[in-house]
Amino acid sequence: MSLTTNNINQNELRKLAAREGYTFFGLTVPYLIMVTALIAIPVGWLFYLSFIGRDGTFSFENYERMWKSKAYIKIFITTFKISILTTIICAAIGYPLAYFMSQLSRKWANICMIGVLIPFWTSLLVRTYAWLVLLQKKGLLNNIAIDMGLISEPIKFVHNTTGTLIGMVHIMLPFLILPLYANMRAIDKDCMKAASSLGATPSRAFWTVFLPLSLPGLLAGLLIVFVLCLGFYVTPAILGGGKVIMAAMKISSNIELYFSWGAASALGVVLLVVTGIILFIASKLVSIDQLGSR
Amino acid sequence: MMKGLRSVGLIAATGLALSSTTAFAEELRIVSWGGAYQKGQSIGIFQPAAKAMGITVKEDTYGGISDVKLMVKSGADKFDIFSSGAGSCASGAAEGVLEKLDYSIIDVSDHLPGMYSDYCAGADIFSVVAAWNTETYGDNGPRTWADFYDVEKFPGTRAMRNKVDAQLETALLADGVPMDQIYEVLNSEAGIERALDKIRTIKPHIAVWWSSGAQHAQLMKDGEVDMTTGWNGRFDVAKDDGAKVAYDWRTGIMDWEGYGIPKGAKNKDLAMKYIAEMMKPEYMAEFAKYITYGPTNGKVYELGLMEDSRAKMMPSHPDNAKHQLTLSTEWYSKWRTIAAEMYTEMMTE
Repeated sequence: MSLTTNNINQNELRKLAAREGYTFFGLTVPYLIMVTALIAIPVGWLFYLSFIGRDGTFSFENYERMWKSKAYIKIFITTFKISILTTIICAAIGYPLAYFMSQLSRKWANICMIGVLIPFWTSLLVRTYAWLVLLQKKGLLNNIAIDMGLISEPIKFVHNTTGTLIGMVHIMLPFLILPLYANMRAIDKDCMKAASSLGATPSRAFWTVFLPLSLPGLLAGLLIVFVLCLGFYVTPAILGGGKVIMAAMKISSNIELYFSWGAASALGVVLLVVTGIILFIASKLVSIDQLGSR
Repeated sequence: MMKGLRSVGLIAATGLALSSTTAFAEELRIVSWGGAYQKGQSIGIFQPAAKAMGITVKEDTYGGISDVKLMVKSGADKFDIFSSGAGSCASGAAEGVLEKLDYSIIDVSDHLPGMYSDYCAGADIFSVVAAWNTETYGDNGPRTWADFYDVEKFPGTRAMRNKVDAQLETALLADGVPMDQIYEVLNSEAGIERALDKIRTIKPHIAVWWSSGAQHAQLMKDGEVDMTTGWNGRFDVAKDDGAKVAYDWRTGIMDWEGYGIPKGAKNKDLAMKYIAEMMKPEYMAEFAKYITYGPTNGKVYELGLMEDSRAKMMPSHPDNAKHQLTLSTEWYSKWRTIAAEMYTEMMTE
């Protein structure tokens, strides 16, 4: 008797679980449609186009060109170098700032947050040109430094990698700070107190308790910054002086040069694949799930 | 309530009035290069010509013939007329993205020889020159391309264009190739490579690869580089604005700019009539007051529409033209893609 009841219950439960499963699946349908329409289909189309040559038939010429020319390898190296450096610098500046903000009272933290968000909301183009004005040979920074006698010759801040990095870090910083700050805010302050009461020095408590707890936010921020950097166009084009050529700029110049989407698509496909591989390796090295569940 | 209704009526009436005026005034869309150049075109040519015809002309900037090709090939419809260099126009024509101009409507009978083609109605004559910062070199700047490439005699930072157009010629002129043989030498990949090798010798001194006329004018104005390749008119305007800049006609590479119509342009017929209007000498004379690009219509000089002092500043003035190389549009329609690829490779490596 009791066995049958149990069976009925189990069947009921299974049905409920299935229904719940469908409901959750139903909730993801709009997103799935969007991803398919806006990402899967265009990327597939791009992939297809990359195998179409100038004469409109199937060919590997777009990939061959990349293989033969030294320029492409250099461009990929530049793209990843700039992206990695920007990410590292953003972390070095953003982490302490986010930590500082997370320790402030809500009111002061919000005031600081405005400082982070205002540049975030300012046009990218405006900020990039502003850096050009500030950093050029006879720009504000060089003039002040020369007037103060700090330097005798102007320093080359722009039209090179330095300028590109300065501009990109400035633009990318909020993307790192926002997820990181949200994560740090959510860390229970009692954890640090517990560590202290167990005899940990403040720095020990930070390294063994706070830092691991903040890693999910940090990793999310790093990932966003890194991936966004890979596709950067305007800032390196203006602050790089034509010498810092990243993949996005080459994609645009390929369209201009060959007037075929294929030549540009092939570059996009390679960038996508290489990025995928890097992120895959990175996720193997640091397991995000593991960190999150700790 | 009554007030509310009345204002709704008013809005509706205004709406009607607006839609009726737009329906009657014919409209054209023209694109050009922005900056001092388009300012001169707008004040001197585009708007007065539109007014004379009683039409509305909307202006915008664009990125060159590649924009035209992309627009036509993707079936978009953004503009009816574009302002473009003769060589770029020729490459667009070769790809079949341009409308053939109707010279029974557009009168070019007074044009200087060679200053129009089937797909491009010449409007002004300009030159690529080597400009230098007079604060750095005084009056004795790089007066020839050999000087521009001589980093010992003229130490300092340089800028060149990030596209191949009119850059290879500078290298060969610096290398001592006579003017009449430049395009002969460039008529092979080895010749192009020779020019690129010459540019490679000064590559460490190239601080900026510029992408627009506004940019190279700004670079000279800000003293960001000591010398650059660029368009003579932009430097003259920058000079009038107080920039310390000078150039010598001996570095001139003369080329002409004109108007073209993208294939399938919505207002093709009106565009043709508008181009015909813009060919009139008085517009060209007015334009030349704002930027030193010479008229393609010989009537400007015949009718004395330009003062002698101003005429002497134009690239096409005989005293200036005699020093210069004339850009070969044929060479560009044949070699541009290959040369551009090799040039980009050189820039990137």
